[in-house]
Amino acid sequence: MNRLRTVRDTIASRGMALITVASGGVLFLIILGLFLKSRPILASGSFFGLMASSNWHPLKGEFGFLPFIAGTLWTTGTALIIAVPPCILTAIYLSEYASKRMRQAAAPFIDLLAGLPSVIYGIWGVLAVVPLIKNHIAPACGVSSSGYSILAGGIVLAIMIVPVIIHVIHEVLRTIPVELREASLALGASKWQTVRQVVLRKALPGVIAAVVLGLSRAFGETMAVLMVAGNVARVPGSIFDPAYPLPALIANNYGEMLSVPLYDSALMLASLVLLIIVVIFNIFSRLILKTVERRVC
Amino acid sequence: MNKRILEETVMRTLMKLSTLLILSVLVIILITILVKGLPALDLAMITQSPKGGFYLGKEGGILNAIIGSLYLAGGSTLIAVCLGLPIVLYLNIFARPCSRLVRFIRFSLDVLWGIPSIVYGAFGFTLMLFLGLRASLLGGIIAVTFLILPIMCRTMDEVIRMVPRELLHASYALGATRFETAFTVVVRQALPGIMTAVLLSLGRGIGDAASVLFTAGFTDHIPDSLLRPAATLPLVIFFQLSTPFPEVQNRAYASALVLTVIILAICLTSRALTGRYTKHTIK
Repeated sequence: MNRLRTVRDTIASRGMALITVASGGVLFLIILGLFLKSRPILASGSFFGLMASSNWHPLKGEFGFLPFIAGTLWTTGTALIIAVPPCILTAIYLSEYASKRMRQAAAPFIDLLAGLPSVIYGIWGVLAVVPLIKNHIAPACGVSSSGYSILAGGIVLAIMIVPVIIHVIHEVLRTIPVELREASLALGASKWQTVRQVVLRKALPGVIAAVVLGLSRAFGETMAVLMVAGNVARVPGSIFDPAYPLPALIANNYGEMLSVPLYDSALMLASLVLLIIVVIFNIFSRLILKTVERRVC
Repeated sequence: MNKRILEETVMRTLMKLSTLLILSVLVIILITILVKGLPALDLAMITQSPKGGFYLGKEGGILNAIIGSLYLAGGSTLIAVCLGLPIVLYLNIFARPCSRLVRFIRFSLDVLWGIPSIVYGAFGFTLMLFLGLRASLLGGIIAVTFLILPIMCRTMDEVIRMVPRELLHASYALGATRFETAFTVVVRQALPGIMTAVLLSLGRGIGDAASVLFTAGFTDHIPDSLLRPAATLPLVIFFQLSTPFPEVQNRAYASALVLTVIILAICLTSRALTGRYTKHTIK
């Protein structure tokens, strides 16, 4: 009887170890899979040549990714500029100023904001943000725009990355010892002075990590951007121009990719590039967060 | 002195304003979806599959997509639990604490969490080509499982980590093996957290569009086998919105409302469950 139990324990242990190790290999599996699929296009031209060219004519076999990379950078940049200041302020407010009740009341809202599907943000963007830009913001800036623009993509993305950034900054601020704040307050510093010169200074790496995590989220977000950014394969010149970010490119062309030679390979290369950039961002910010949180493991 | 007080007041106001801004954006989004979606919503929308010409404005509903989404998210959540629970229990109970493997797996799950769903979609697609599968419910389930596995694992991990070590020691002292301790003591103690993780993953699975775009295909029928294509709610919304017909676009708003209600329901259930199911937990 006892022997049976030990055997079962050993078998379970081995089996679970196997699954665990396998899960560690998933990332490499994904990279390998996408790399194998994108090899044909890499064989047809140099990687940097493809990335720096802005000729996108799949039917002629020309695949230049520059418009899409530029589109991604523009929308992501706009989203960060819009999202970061209110996120930092809100995170500070929730963790330093707000009462416990206020904090508990705000938590479900932030959770829900994180849980809403991207299609819902996209549809809201089409219903609210696009007309707003077309009818009010663009005319006020003296340009005409269809509304489907980098700015629309940026605003929608900004809202989508808010919960990520707030959540991470909040966690980081929680790890800062109360004694530090007390010491500063005891020296006669005001609350804001303490926050700015003690808490934020100490939390700076964590805040940067939070922003980078938000950035990588914005980088890969697909459906919402696809719905509001306009999707014109041209290097954009202003935030009122339409853009065609990389994820939107992949999502939009899955239908025809198998009928044009090298097209599928080009799209897989786009996914690979996206994946590698996001993974680098993630590794960077997770490493910072690990040192900031100083967990045992 | 005055300058400091002024600064304090200004910053405090700014913080309150930005908090208010962020919370009100959520409310505005929900209200917009409700106001636009409610007039177009009727019983036929959620009780019928599309009839011929549904995307031209003819009769029918989105039942196929609701069922498809539930199958897809349900299936992949089930697989993700079956894979995720052993992983998390292994990390916390079986493996040597803080070993290199444990740290590496936690880190790689964190990184996997950050990978965009479109990449999982593309990867799922290459995997399907490799396995010789067509766009089908099974393909979608595979892609979504990859997508939600890290979410599931890391959320459960955070909970199981909090299980007091003394509880394990008490169980071992009574002669229980690690396996028995893991599945009877630890799982029971962490049950509310595991429920939350499951619901979070389910919600993510229902709402995600980019990963099923390549893999699950699209159809007007309710899938009756794993190898048939399946429609999903987010894609229905997307396709309806891309048509030039106003009445079909109105249906997109109604479908968005349905999706939002499902997600809200999952969120609320998860909140309510955290309170209950704590009968067996030791504080």
